[in-house]
Amino acid sequence: MIGKGIAKGFIETARNFVGSYTDESRLVTVQYPEEREPLKENTRNFPFLVYDGEDAEKGLRCVACKICEKDCPPQCIYIVLERDEKGRPQKHPKVFDIDVSVCMSCQICVEVCPFEAIKMDTEFELSQTDRFQGLLLDKVQLAKSNSYYHKLHPTEAAAVDAKLAEEKAKKATPAPAPSTAAPPQPAPSKT
Amino acid sequence: MSLLLTAGAFFVFIGILAGLFGVTTILERKGLGRLQNRYGPNRVGPFGFLQFAADGLKMLTKEDIVPRTADRIVHFLAPLALLIPVCLSFSVLPFGPKLVFLDFDAGLLFFFAVGAATELAVFMAGWSSRNKYSLLGAMRAIAQMISYEVPLVISSLTVVMLVGSLSLTNIVREQEPVLFGFLHTWHVFTPWGLAGFILFLIAATAESNRTPFDIPEAESEIIAGYLTEYSGFKYALFFLGEYLGLFAMCGLGITLFLGGWLPPFAFLGFIPSPIWFALKLLAMIALFIWVRGTLPRLRVDQLLNFAWKFMLPMTLINFVVAALWHYSGNWGLPAGFALRWLICGTVVMVPYLLLARLFTRKFIPRTYRYAE
Repeated sequence: MIGKGIAKGFIETARNFVGSYTDESRLVTVQYPEEREPLKENTRNFPFLVYDGEDAEKGLRCVACKICEKDCPPQCIYIVLERDEKGRPQKHPKVFDIDVSVCMSCQICVEVCPFEAIKMDTEFELSQTDRFQGLLLDKVQLAKSNSYYHKLHPTEAAAVDAKLAEEKAKKATPAPAPSTAAPPQPAPSKT
Repeated sequence: MSLLLTAGAFFVFIGILAGLFGVTTILERKGLGRLQNRYGPNRVGPFGFLQFAADGLKMLTKEDIVPRTADRIVHFLAPLALLIPVCLSFSVLPFGPKLVFLDFDAGLLFFFAVGAATELAVFMAGWSSRNKYSLLGAMRAIAQMISYEVPLVISSLTVVMLVGSLSLTNIVREQEPVLFGFLHTWHVFTPWGLAGFILFLIAATAESNRTPFDIPEAESEIIAGYLTEYSGFKYALFFLGEYLGLFAMCGLGITLFLGGWLPPFAFLGFIPSPIWFALKLLAMIALFIWVRGTLPRLRVDQLLNFAWKFMLPMTLINFVVAALWHYSGNWGLPAGFALRWLICGTVVMVPYLLLARLFTRKFIPRTYRYAE
């Protein structure tokens, strides 16, 4: 009989209407500023710089090698190497700017960084009143602690920490004795 | 003097209706949300009920853009040409026994004559915008409105035929006699009235461009149809006109079939008549919102087929049923009311089922040559 499907549709919408008032689980809307869904672990947005320890300036892992600057496809990274008064390079960035209005979140900087110094942030509420200077993040704004990194991407950060510890251990170990398959030396206690 | 007073009261009344328009937009948005398991607007004011004020202010302060090649005068006049006839059509609706601004003998005729002017306004809007989407929308609107005007008028004429008057107050008074000691004889309680009311509702939905029949402004097909080139307050005026047109249609449906200002039961007569009218109006609007939240849009050919091959025959059959109902009253049938209902109901239902069979045979087994 014609009209049966229409009647079914009316019953369905009426059920929705009543159900949405009685059964909260029907409403899938997340009321964003007050409620938010937890971010997935692999979320990424814009890069930040990781520092170890307490002092953001001293603890920066970045050595201003400029690999990320060269590899950045939209060229949103700008680095100036710090030099001392005699002009010797200091393995430390004097300026490290990322223009997040240009950044396309490709994560290539993270891929190429040999020092695990740059990682992806998940912060997405970046609106500014000044769209030019406000979105050009400098070194101070970009520096985030290692514990912050651990909070964002726990699995990845643990792997990075393990790798860094291993490298450090290898460096601290006296490099000789490549000829003999020496028994594994006890790792130096000082890390 | 009394004319001036009537005019003043009329404008106050239109103001009230404009307020009702604001409230309806927010109720519609919230209701539609709930029908689709959403919250709907809930940020501005308590439970989002001031959203319409925010929207109105936004519309007022927006830039009014007129296309360079548009026919400026017609483009400017179109919203007014829509709004003024719609406001005039309220003047003949009886909201209470005494609460009718122009108690014409030919009130129904006036209502339809004025209501038909909205088609001109829609075409003015579409033509003057000099935009293909606007023109397409206007063409569709003309095709739709003229097609559905016919069943709309015929389904109303059934009432006129039985009441024997075109005056809307007389039509309501005719529904006043009490049945079984408590029930007013609203026309919707008769088989021809029920069928006529449903046909009227469908045609009224099409006349007021509401969702299953919103093809003149189908967003997903032709942007906004004849509204495409309108912005700012002119756009708001169009919306106001459409909603007031919907209220007017609801009011007419209430007057013709749902007993106008009369309460459903005679013992509820102590509640003032305008309140009953307002309650019925709200119920009708809620019904239209429900329809909008449920049914998807028709295709143009489906729409016209439905109008000419289904609505028109059904309204004509309804004529016959109304005559049968009228004369069977004198036959002295045993168990009169129930038997008359049965006979007349059969006379409506059989052609309905046959027509429906015709339609389903044509539409259901659908084959695609290229898609799939």
